[in-house]
This record gives sequence, structure tokens and C-alpha cells, in this order.
Amino acid sequence: MKSGIVGYGVYIPRFRIRAEEIARVWGKNPEAIKNGLGIREKSVPDVDEDSVTIAVEAARNAIKFAGIDPSKIGVVFIGSESPPYAVKPSATIIAEAIGATPDLMAADFEFACKAGTQAMLAVLGLVESGMVEYGLAIGSDTSQGRPGDALEYTAAAGGAAYIIGKEGVIAEIIDYYSFATDTPDFWRREGKEYPRHGARFTGEPAYFKHIISATRRLLEKTGIGLEDVDYFVFHQPNAKFPLRAAKKLGIPKEKVLPGLLNPVIGNTYSGATPLGLAAVLDIAEPGNLIVATSFGSGAGSDSMLIKVTDEIERKRGNTPKVVDYINRKKYLTYGEYVKHRKKLKFD
Amino acid sequence: MAEGSVPAVWRRYPQRYRLVGSKCETCGEFFFPPRIICPNCRRKGKVVEYQFSGRGVVESYTVVHTPPADMEDQAPYVLAIVRLEEGPMLTAQIVDVDPREVKIGMPVRMVFRRISEDGEDGLINYGYKFAPL
Amino acid sequence: MRKVAVVGVGMTKFGERWEAGLKELTAEAGIRAIEDAGISGDEVEAVYVGNMSGGRFVGQEHIGALLADAMGLNPVPATRVEAACASGGLAFRQAYLAVASGEFDIVVAGGIEKMTDVLTGQATTTLGGAADQEWETFFGATFPSLYALIARRHMHEFGTTEEQLARVAVKNHYNGARNPFAQYQKEITLDQVLNSSPVAEPLKLLDCSPITDGAAAVVIASEDVAKKLTDTPVWVNASAQASDTLALHDRKSLTTLRATVEAGKKAFQKAGISPRDVDLAEVHDCFTIAEILAVEDLGFVKKGEGGKAVEDGMFDLNSDVSVNTSGGLKACGHPVGATGIKQVVEVTWQLRGEAGKRQVDKAEIGLTHNVGGSGATAVVHILSRYIDLRSRR
Repeated sequence: MKSGIVGYGVYIPRFRIRAEEIARVWGKNPEAIKNGLGIREKSVPDVDEDSVTIAVEAARNAIKFAGIDPSKIGVVFIGSESPPYAVKPSATIIAEAIGATPDLMAADFEFACKAGTQAMLAVLGLVESGMVEYGLAIGSDTSQGRPGDALEYTAAAGGAAYIIGKEGVIAEIIDYYSFATDTPDFWRREGKEYPRHGARFTGEPAYFKHIISATRRLLEKTGIGLEDVDYFVFHQPNAKFPLRAAKKLGIPKEKVLPGLLNPVIGNTYSGATPLGLAAVLDIAEPGNLIVATSFGSGAGSDSMLIKVTDEIERKRGNTPKVVDYINRKKYLTYGEYVKHRKKLKFD
Repeated sequence: MAEGSVPAVWRRYPQRYRLVGSKCETCGEFFFPPRIICPNCRRKGKVVEYQFSGRGVVESYTVVHTPPADMEDQAPYVLAIVRLEEGPMLTAQIVDVDPREVKIGMPVRMVFRRISEDGEDGLINYGYKFAPL
Repeated sequence: MRKVAVVGVGMTKFGERWEAGLKELTAEAGIRAIEDAGISGDEVEAVYVGNMSGGRFVGQEHIGALLADAMGLNPVPATRVEAACASGGLAFRQAYLAVASGEFDIVVAGGIEKMTDVLTGQATTTLGGAADQEWETFFGATFPSLYALIARRHMHEFGTTEEQLARVAVKNHYNGARNPFAQYQKEITLDQVLNSSPVAEPLKLLDCSPITDGAAAVVIASEDVAKKLTDTPVWVNASAQASDTLALHDRKSLTTLRATVEAGKKAFQKAGISPRDVDLAEVHDCFTIAEILAVEDLGFVKKGEGGKAVEDGMFDLNSDVSVNTSGGLKACGHPVGATGIKQVVEVTWQLRGEAGKRQVDKAEIGLTHNVGGSGATAVVHILSRYIDLRSRR
């Protein structure tokens, strides 16, 4: 039996802010923003939520889905670019909260928006090698854009967690392809609150080059044709880029839309590709082939070829789906959003 | 608890992070926070660790408008006494709910949240809160 | 055990005493009590002082010696007693036991709290120390919120209303308006209470006792000495105390303070009277719901009927039982460590007929009820003009 996903779980905070509410505050044309980025609204964490609390909720859902004893988890890797501590692992907090301590490996990964899939591949390697029986990989973020910046419309909060192992696999991870270069399209310096980005430079030389290269090379490596794949999930910094990538690759958008969550929750950074994959797994049928390709600025892409097994139908139903979290929402005004995101300075 | 004390919060992680309590196998009573000695059975008791399910009901609730200094950003918040399905009661915030919708008898489940933080450069305290089931 | 009487009482004006520190407040109350007893001070053999949190409120511990020093009573042994808001009541009980046991003949019991040197948020945090720090306060419980949880449950189980809660505040402000030592000497209306800002729903600002500076002191003496010192001794007919879980959520019932029930039962038994014999009671109304709990748990009314009884005026001045004639914690103010002693001062004035505009007619038997935290400590005393209530001599 091939290693793969034994269980998965997601979490999206219940607060939302509409693109037009942000546009209103900054005197922008809301229609232009919505058309330009393709986003309607984004998720916002509660004042007491962060990338760790989101990760724990997602991980608990994943463990429940997998139906395993958390003490059997031999590794916890979390990918995030918004850890609550600059120094002190998030992974140990999560491991303690799910009852996986103390006999395990734990570490935090950072690679802009692809740290989540990188954590999945690292865990996969440990499982394949036999070093651990089960591993937990999480992508979770509560990212922030500078007030008024284009990123403010999309930088959102959410996460997904994957239990990877060899027993009770619901989706085999058949193969992968990782592609990385030093391409500085987006960064945040140590101690700075908000990131900077290369504007249009984030497109062709960064997002498109890496996503397309990783996806193409994975398909070449595995000998799978585009038409054989049922769903494609691409990293989604906005709603336009993944669809344009699909077009460049010659993929019909119907195969991309089920995993495209950006219009309704925004860009959840390290959580984005894992959440998109989860949305597809929520509806996939046994035998379906899925390609999920992340992108992290700086820059790199991980592309995974995944095959859904019969086991998925036996395990489904006990945990909330992506759509359940998407439908559970409460809108904030920009003022409330500022309070939630602690953007007010008191000294 | 001494303010800013690291060991004082650290030693409660299993209870606050995931509701680890205890149970007397002699009389069947559950304890949260955990007890080492069963007050009913004393020397005859056999107390073992027990993982609570995290499900319960609201026994009483209030909306706090004047919070302690380290929770000002969360106010107004709902504080409740929750009876766990195994029996013991505890005090915790109720989140993900409009305060007007909280009722006595409402079923709730444990969620993992930030409780407080020791200033901007101190430890972040995580623990249980509850949300509508 | 020997008989014990209160022979001298004194208190400071309660309120925001910006000009006075711990020492000034202590001296003011202590000197008044010693003068009232008609002694020089040299006769005092020991001091017991109730203080909740000098360390947190003003950074001062070692309050026992401080009080003895401020009152000019060195070198008498001085002991601080702490049981949160019941510190004063407990200090009185320790002093009573010391005299009743035969160890001393004349003892001073005092209570002091200086609360306004810190900001309200810090005061709230300090008072929160009376709750379970690890399992209540850590999760966001404040004192008003704990009593609000009790109030909500009481409303749920017994149909108690927010108007009935507010009625307690109106009554106690009526009494406070007639007490020159009270922090708030003004009457308030039901609408004012109901429209005041929410603190911890259903409790509003005017359901809550305030933050107060103040001190109170009493001189107590053994039977022989008391009879020599005064023609109007006020006898301590019963002293009782009980404990309960620190955390509210650990109790079998959220609407009964078991410590009050137990201490009350014991006190009535010791004094040989029943609740209906009591003419006036100073009960612990840190919040309006607390007075409703007190009148139920002490047995003045059945459980669940407190709200209705308050509404019917059963506890108004000169009705069935005059409750909180001083204005209670609500209107007289609540300098936490001083409150339990202030209750004894008020009952003594009432029993001596010295309570002025708030005097209860034919006041013969009084009760004090002091609670620590959300009910983990309760102290009940019964005082009267009779050395023995069974024989009424």
C-alpha cells in the first residue's frame, strides 16, 4: 500500500470582511477591486485566534477523520508565515494540545505560502522511510497586508491539517515534484509587521513560472496526461492567478473551480493549497486523480499527484467540511476588523 | 498564580490545552481539574487519568463588560459555567456566538483559543473555551 | 467559654479617602473605638486586624504590627487575619475567641483596606485573587462575573427578576442616605439602577458595591471587665464560621452559599434563637444578588423567595428584619478588610440606640454576615443587649 493521506481536517475562522468594505475605507472603486482580484470577501480571525489555534482545530478534525490515537503521531510539522512566536515552536504547542507529546519530532516550517505543502512532503518522506508510523502536517496562517495595500483585500486566516501514514489511506500521494529558485517577489524582514512585494513581478517570473514548471514536470515524471486528472488545485493569492495558470496549462476551469476558495475566504497563505485540496477531497470519488500545486514566494512550488481510494467513503462524515466553515460567517466593519487584527497602536 | 510565572502556567498545560482530568474507578466519579485522591473513597479509591470528551452544557452565563486588564481586547465576552457530560463543571468563555443567543442548557464543545498573554513579549496562554455544538 | 461584649466601636468615613493612607485610616478608626470604650489604650492586650490585600493595593504587608503601631498600642501582640472580603468578620471572630478562651480580657479587632491608590483594573485583578486563580480568574472570571453567574442561575431557577435585584440597591441607598459614615449618602431610583451601565450581565454598575477606602475597629472585653467599662455592653451571643470550595463551579448548587447556611445554622443554634427573632442584620451585599442569597441562606425566607421578599419590602428599615441599615456594602462602601468590622460597629450602634435617622425601633437582636470570595468563607455573628438570649437576661 502506498503512503498517503489517512485523514484531513480544516478550520476557517467565522469572521469575514467584504472587499467593498475595505475599498470604501481607502477610497477605491470596489468593482475594480473585485474584478481585478476576483475576491468577494476574506476570512478574519477572532481576537483570540492565531495560526496555532487554527492549526489545533484543524488537527483535531484531522485526527477525528483519521480515527487514530494521537499518541501514534510520530511527527508534527506546521508550515506558517504568521507564527505567534518569533522564537519558540508552534509545533510543540499543537502537539501538546492534541495529546501527541512527548514521543515525537516537531518543527515549524516557513516558506511564505508553500510551507504547508512542504510540511506534507517532509512528513511523507518520514512515513515512506519507515521512521514514523503516522505524521501530522499542517498549513495555517493569519497573514496581514499593510493597511491600504492590495494585499489587504486578500490576506486571510485559515488552515488545514493532514495525517499521513500507510494504514487506512484515503488518498495516496503517488508522486511529487518540487521546484525552487531564488526569486524575491515578496518578503518580510525580521521585526517588521507587514510584508513588501514586487507588484507585477509576483506574476510571470514568480507565481506562473514556478506553478507551471512544477505541475508540468510532475506530469512528465509520472506520465499522467492533463486529461487523466480530475481536479487541479493551485495556490490562490487571488482568484485570477490560478485560472490564468490553468489556461496556460490548457486545463478547463471546471477542474480548478472546486478547489478555488479565494473568492470567498481570501488567501490563507500556508493554508491555501491544503485548504483547496481539502475542498476537493470533500467531494472527490474513489479513483479520482488530483494534482495540487502550491506556490511560496521567494520562490518555490510543490506539486503532488494524489489518488483517492475507497477508504474515503468509510471515513467521511464525522468532521466539518470546508463548505461548512465557509457558510458559517459573520461580517465585520473595517473598524471591527482593525480591532480583530490588532492594527491599533496604543503607544 | 503569580503574574508572568512560567512554571505556574506550564504545569497546567495538559488540563487547559485538552481537558485531561481524572476518574475514580472505585466509585466512578470524574474530576476536573484532576484529583489525586478520591474524596468519596479516600484510601479505597483508584484514581486514573481521564481524557474528557469536551462536550457539555451551559449551566449559567454572563456577559463581561469590565474585564481584567489582560483581557480588555476581548470584552465584552461571554463567561459561563459549563457542565461537562461526565459531570464536573468548569468556568470558561463561550465564543463563536452572539451573546444574545446564549441560553442555560445550550450544548457546547471545547475549542482551543488564546486565553491571555503576558504583555507583548511574554508567554501566550492558550487553553479551552467553548463554542455552540 | 467566657461571655464577651463589645464595649467600644469606631469607624472612619468610608469613601475615596485620597488624603489618607493605611496608617491614617487605621489611627482614625482605632482611636474612636478606644475613646468610645472609655479606656486609655494601655489596657488593650492584643490586636486582630482584618486586611485582604495590603500587599496588592498599597504594597504593604505586615499589617498587624502596622495597625498596633498606628494606634499607639505597642508592644501588644498584633495578628493579621485574611479571608478575602471576610477578613474583617474573621478578625472579629479571632478576637472574640481570644477573649472567650480566657487568654485576654480586652482586645481590639480592626479591619482596614486602602483600595483607591491603584487604578480600577488593578483593583479588579486584586479582588479576583479571592476566586480560584487557576480555574476561574485565569479564564476571565472577575468578581462581578461570578456573582452574575449566580444571579443568572437564580433568575433561571426561581424567576428572580432584574427589578428585584435593583430593589436591593434602592433600599440600601435609602439607608446609606441616613448614615453619615457611608460612601454614598444619596437615594437612588429603580430606573437609575436598571439603566446603569452593564458590568457583568445581568449585573449593572448600581448592582455592585464600590471600591472604597476605610477602616473600622471595635474593643471587646470579657464579662467582668465589660460590666465595669459600660452600662450598654453589646453581647456576642454567637460566633460561627464555615468554608466551601474556592471555585463557584465546584459547588453542588450555584444558588446556595453552603458556607452561609452552615455558619448561620450554627450561630442560631449557639445563640438559641431562630431567624425570626432577629431585628436587624448587616449582610454581605457585595452585589445585589448576594443580599438575596444571604436572606435565603440565613433562613429569613425560603430558598428562591428572596427576590420577592425584597420587592415586598420585608427587609426595609423598620419592617420584618431591617437589613443593611448602614447602607450595606452597596451604599456604605466596601473597603474589603474593614467591612466585617463595620458590620459589628453598625449593629452595636443600632442596639445602643445611637443610629440616628436610620435607627431601628426596639432593636434588641442583631446579626452580622460576612462572606469571602464567591462564598468560600462565611462568618456569622449574633449580637444583642442580652448576655443570654435563651433566658433573655
